[in-house]
Amino acid sequence: MARTGVFICHCGTNIGGTVDVSKVLEAAKSMPTVAYVDDNTYSCSEPGQASIHDAIIENRLDRVVIGCCSPRMHENTFRKTVATAGINPYLLEIANIREHCSWVHGDDKEAATDKAIELVRMAVAKAASLEPLFSRQVGLTKRALVIGGGIAGIQAALDIANADYEVVLVEREPSIGGRMAQLDKTFPTLDCSACILAPKMVDVAQHHNITLLTYAEVQDVKGFVGNFEVNILQKARKVDHIKCTGCGTCWQKCLERTPSEFNLEMGKRSAIYIPFPQAVPLKPVIDTEHCAHFKYLEAKEEGRDLPDCNICQQLCPVSAIDYEQEDQIISERFGAIIVATGYQTFDHSVYHEYGSGRYTDVITGLHLERLLSASGPTGGEVIRPSDGLLPKTVVFVSCVGSRDEQKGRSYCSKVCCMYMAKQAIMLKEHDPEVQCYIFYIDIRAGGKDFEEFARRAQEEYGTLYLRGRVSKIYQEGKKLIVCGEDSLIGRAVEIAADLVVLATGMEPSIGAVELAQRLKISYDTNNFFIEAHPKLRPVETNTDGIFLAGSCIGPKDIPESVAQGGAAAAKVTALFSQDVLTTDPMVATIDPMLCSGCLLCTQVCPFNAIDTQVTRDGRTIALVNETMCKGCGLCVASCRFGAADLRGFTQQQILAQVTSLWR
Amino acid sequence: MRPDNYAYYPGCTLHSTAKEYDVSARLVCHKLGIKLQELENWTCCGASSAHTTSELLSIALPARELQAAEEMGLPLAVACAMCFSRLKHSAFELADKEKLDLVNELLGKEFHNTTEVVHLLKVLYEERDAMTVSRPLSSLKIACYYGCLLVRPQEIVDLDDVEDPQIMDQLMERLGAVTVDWGFKTECCGASLPLTKPEMVLKLSHRILSQAKQAGADCVAVACPMCHNNLDAYQKDMKRKYSDKFELPVLYFTQLAGLALGFSPKQLLLDKHFTSPLPMLRDKGLADAGIAIKYNLRLYSLQVEEIGIAEVRHG
Repeated sequence: MARTGVFICHCGTNIGGTVDVSKVLEAAKSMPTVAYVDDNTYSCSEPGQASIHDAIIENRLDRVVIGCCSPRMHENTFRKTVATAGINPYLLEIANIREHCSWVHGDDKEAATDKAIELVRMAVAKAASLEPLFSRQVGLTKRALVIGGGIAGIQAALDIANADYEVVLVEREPSIGGRMAQLDKTFPTLDCSACILAPKMVDVAQHHNITLLTYAEVQDVKGFVGNFEVNILQKARKVDHIKCTGCGTCWQKCLERTPSEFNLEMGKRSAIYIPFPQAVPLKPVIDTEHCAHFKYLEAKEEGRDLPDCNICQQLCPVSAIDYEQEDQIISERFGAIIVATGYQTFDHSVYHEYGSGRYTDVITGLHLERLLSASGPTGGEVIRPSDGLLPKTVVFVSCVGSRDEQKGRSYCSKVCCMYMAKQAIMLKEHDPEVQCYIFYIDIRAGGKDFEEFARRAQEEYGTLYLRGRVSKIYQEGKKLIVCGEDSLIGRAVEIAADLVVLATGMEPSIGAVELAQRLKISYDTNNFFIEAHPKLRPVETNTDGIFLAGSCIGPKDIPESVAQGGAAAAKVTALFSQDVLTTDPMVATIDPMLCSGCLLCTQVCPFNAIDTQVTRDGRTIALVNETMCKGCGLCVASCRFGAADLRGFTQQQILAQVTSLWR
Repeated sequence: MRPDNYAYYPGCTLHSTAKEYDVSARLVCHKLGIKLQELENWTCCGASSAHTTSELLSIALPARELQAAEEMGLPLAVACAMCFSRLKHSAFELADKEKLDLVNELLGKEFHNTTEVVHLLKVLYEERDAMTVSRPLSSLKIACYYGCLLVRPQEIVDLDDVEDPQIMDQLMERLGAVTVDWGFKTECCGASLPLTKPEMVLKLSHRILSQAKQAGADCVAVACPMCHNNLDAYQKDMKRKYSDKFELPVLYFTQLAGLALGFSPKQLLLDKHFTSPLPMLRDKGLADAGIAIKYNLRLYSLQVEEIGIAEVRHG
């Protein structure tokens, strides 16, 4: 016969203000198996835990029921408490009388008290049939995978590598650097973006603990925390990067020219190329779509005649050009994964009122970064894309693809207010005759020195801020007419601009959803990845061993991305500081005698945690992989034969809860 | 299966200033085998005045026409964008049972708000693949102008994108024309302000026309009598005020469809516009040169007989 102790927490007035705790205690006394009852103002406090500990020992309790907040809050705390008193930690049952009771029934104290009694009764009934559970231990591979070579991924990789663990950094572009490499200056200090980023990129390339895989993508992920098996697709570069010295002969001599992706198609690059001068690795790849040699090969296959070209191969001093190179799959084991896939800018073609790309001189903020950058397509001279003239009147339109539910984007992209201020300052620095106008909804300058910076744009640099949305942009002769409202004076305004800059917002990188599905991590309606807790676990996911960093979670600026890269790295190193991992024993089991082998459970399992096994009598049956199982219970619900059960939530235990209400 | 039988609500302008819209719409529909049955005894939809004075009246007046169509058991085709807007609004509001009961009481008839309201543009758009084009408009560059009411508000009228609608463009392209990509498809033309604020109408309409011209259009296609009036009738005033050098004919999309389907400019009443499209159409080889076309009431009647419409009231 079990001896159950019932402890009711007041949680200050959170519970005690609504539920009559003394009545609950009185009722609990007469429940079957209950040998002891007590209450606490704060059970989770140190004296609260001590009183539970002491009561267990003094009263020889072997089951504990605590009526308190949600088990998501303090189940682990109390498991440790009962364990110190010598009870198996899984012989504890929480009755959630706060979230499920006092908080939602504040208007009816009597009913709340009755409900709290029923919740405790159910918990007591379940506690009586609880069984001791024991964790298992598994080994782990102390090697991390970082997906995405932007500033967040770079920081994460460096921090893990500096803690002396091996890191593989995978980047799908030919160079690491991400969006930060495309920026000219950073706000609010006006540091040169490439100058502060490049040393970190070089550190990555030179670090003995980092293996850099650029032009590569994560293809599939199996396994679980400590033991992930990952296949990485290394796209064919057609250049042997072991032999290549990065001398630059090939990309200088290549005759083909195609729009440069890095410069947002405003400049040209060769077919064998590095995306930008500070690229890491400083070794080229061949874009087979635009390379004359590959065009020749394709034409030959179709029976057409095109001139061949192999200048790069002929001129390469170390014979690194390898036209035969194929895509390659690299399989590796990792103990942890950091996802730092970043963002891309919103595609403004849905804004028909802004021309959806019809007007050449309506550009985005990122375009202007490239025009401002000394390594950009114009060598740092800001000119109108249409005719190459210097713009004198520049209008910025904020919140394009942000805070606009009509276009399906309700969130604020956070960085646009600041980058517009920065660009207005830089334009004025480039050419004092420039007049900038910024149409804004609010100026969101919440960050260290941000407000001062935005003020400088107005006061020192004479930027005119107009509060209102732009309703229309159209071309009239050489000018772009920007129609909007100045809602502070309550009038419609029209500005004849030479250049219009749309402050396009951030959205998750292309392929984010597919990656999330491969990694089995969740993403929100905007396709940003979801952290395990928005406040308290900002770089973890709900999948153990997979961490997040940077703007793949939501819009972020550079310092936040760097901080998150470091935070995710700290989580990984903490994980790697253990020699074995302890698994949660509250997982599913399948009774081999009852299993019919229909394997429906393998289809419903979201974690691929059910393997199959052939028994000695030749039957195929399902078998739970306990390290991968998360204990969600889907297999239990789907099993038509009652073979599947969930430890800690067995059918019998749940039935005991239900039947305790039959009175 | 698309219906080929519609109840038809012309609205007051189509029986007066926009007669050419009515005639061309009837001709085109007749040719395509679409039967338009004009509502018996229809009344004003309440446009412009009802919804600024009485909310109930602005719902009840269109409900009268909706009820008549419901009784005929037919979807209701509407030509005027303003009428279309009012009828759609009424149907939308009457989803509220309380309002429907009140309106039923006012009408003194049973109405269940089941009538489907369709704009003629959508009717022809849906039929575009079935059209036999005998005179392709291939030499014509058209700026399709939808106006503000045809597509807004989207959650009520649900016709096309509010900023860059496409269905008229696609219809015109099906008829062989080239449509221009421009940004003023749904800008305001000044609506009912020519009498009270003529300067405003001149400014807005001028901007629309000059943008169409700048985009390289030979003419503007419209689907709203009010837009047509504002864009067509005041071009002389615009010339004077803005020293414009151009004239830009403004045609109903039904007239352009009629041309492509082989009707003559005469039949389509192409001579009724203030800014005559005939010189431009002759240049493009779409109107026979040298025909002196004058509005001819007798001819109009003949044509009506030809397509077998029993009665058309004349203004």
